[in-house]
Amino acid sequence: MIRKLLTIALSGTFAFSAHGADYDATTQAYIDQLTSMGLPAPKENQLVHIPPTMADLEAADIHPELKKVIRKGYDLFTNTQQLRGEYVFNNMNCSSCHLGEGRMPFSAPIWPAAVTLPGYRGKNGHVNNLEERIAGCFTYSMNGKPLEYGSDNMLALSAYHQWLATGVEMYPKQPVYGRGFPAPERPAELSYDNGQKLYEENCAICHSEDGSGLRVDNQTVFPATWGDMSNNWGAGIVRLFTAAGFIKNNMPLGQPNSLTDQEAWDIAFYMDSQERPQDPRYTGDIKETLEKFGPTFHKHSLYGQAREKDGEILGDHDNTGEKPFLKPDSIRPRTFD
Amino acid sequence: MKKLPVTLAALGLVTYAGMAVSAPAGDASRGKEVANLCVACHQPDGSGMNLEGGESWPGLAGMNAEYFAKQIRDIKQGTRLSPTMAPFASMLDDQKTADVAAYYSQLEPTAGKGGENADPATLKRGQQLAEQGDWSKYIVSCKSCHGPGNRGAGEAFPGIAGQHAGYIEAQLKAWKTGARKNDPQDLMGSIARRMSDDDIHAVAVWLASQKPGNN
Repeated sequence: MIRKLLTIALSGTFAFSAHGADYDATTQAYIDQLTSMGLPAPKENQLVHIPPTMADLEAADIHPELKKVIRKGYDLFTNTQQLRGEYVFNNMNCSSCHLGEGRMPFSAPIWPAAVTLPGYRGKNGHVNNLEERIAGCFTYSMNGKPLEYGSDNMLALSAYHQWLATGVEMYPKQPVYGRGFPAPERPAELSYDNGQKLYEENCAICHSEDGSGLRVDNQTVFPATWGDMSNNWGAGIVRLFTAAGFIKNNMPLGQPNSLTDQEAWDIAFYMDSQERPQDPRYTGDIKETLEKFGPTFHKHSLYGQAREKDGEILGDHDNTGEKPFLKPDSIRPRTFD
Repeated sequence: MKKLPVTLAALGLVTYAGMAVSAPAGDASRGKEVANLCVACHQPDGSGMNLEGGESWPGLAGMNAEYFAKQIRDIKQGTRLSPTMAPFASMLDDQKTADVAAYYSQLEPTAGKGGENADPATLKRGQQLAEQGDWSKYIVSCKSCHGPGNRGAGEAFPGIAGQHAGYIEAQLKAWKTGARKNDPQDLMGSIARRMSDDDIHAVAVWLASQKPGNN
């Protein structure tokens, strides 16, 4: 088993070379599986990395204490609801959006963050490290409060990210295959009505017609797609292209690429036209907030716009959902001038 | 919460397959009489029977009533093929279906059989598939739809923990070959088609060994 892991560590990462397919059998099988699901093959010179699994972790030749930390990170990632009421104020788990436990290409795999940060981030206009990036997810997608930098839980989550990046060089030169939620091409027209019809036909069986998802036994089975228990207006997935990319590549569960580009965009348009908790960067005035964060973020969302259906101005409220505050202390600028 | 979907269905607000027709409310005490039809195979306590290599009879005790009723309707209409069950399903009108579904939903869940002699490696693989899935084959975990402990989620995703291994195995194989396709939006079929027969066996014996129940 250890030998197998070493093989992964040494050969789990490939850059597609101009000379053609020079992947080993494991990597080729990995790519074949993804392309058989309708996902695109790696482009020339893209970095293909197969993140190690939890079974690989058990077999790995690393200190048992480190294994414990990584296991805790995995546990937090897949059951983030254990932080409910303190750091998480909606029904989300990290793995609600990052499918396959954060390992899946085209489902915003999390390991690239470990090898590309510290790096400049347009969203907050300064250099972020891995912890600050994770803090961003807590602030927006979890409608919550970030884990304290350097805390046990933050260490564990960071360690899980870094473990998944095992074998990848820091600051890789090649673009990463399947990074983020690659969006299909935006169609000329988006339809709210068609989005609603498609949502009700394809999504409501799990996420329910009112977007509330499904909880069982105080655990999230299907996450809320809008409303108080969903991500807030500052989360990446309120951007139409991110939502369309998530849906096209991952939904319905187990059937990636089963929807057309138009269908994925229409569902995204419908979903992102619904209310959710306020953007934590809200200044108290929607126009002012839009002026500040439109150029870097909300130009891709429907925040502050009149909803096509009924003219309702989206995000014009002070509802923070279950979260008893608007803005966590972690949102602050950094400058090295 | 359990009543809500029935109300929605009665108002014609639920649009997905099989729920568009209004379903009558079930009466468990009347359902107990109807269940006289079922006990020969499914047993008086609703525990069913695991038959090695044969057609296993599923445990029904504690099963979600809406899911139960949909299966009877589907068997009656021929959208779920079951030569064994068809004659019995044809004897049940909508009221009797709702009643017997209500009756079984209230019985204490019983233990699954068929996993007793499984070897540890098979059980380990089964647990992995049930709780984590195998994303290298795009097999999502059972619990991502069947809920915490695989004891069911809502009316579309039944509890499968504590179901008989022989039954789970036969059903997954039926989905894999296309013999069964009454799941919403091919959600089960698309996963079953990616599972090897070994994986199907592994997950069946592991689930059969788990604590039964219904969320």
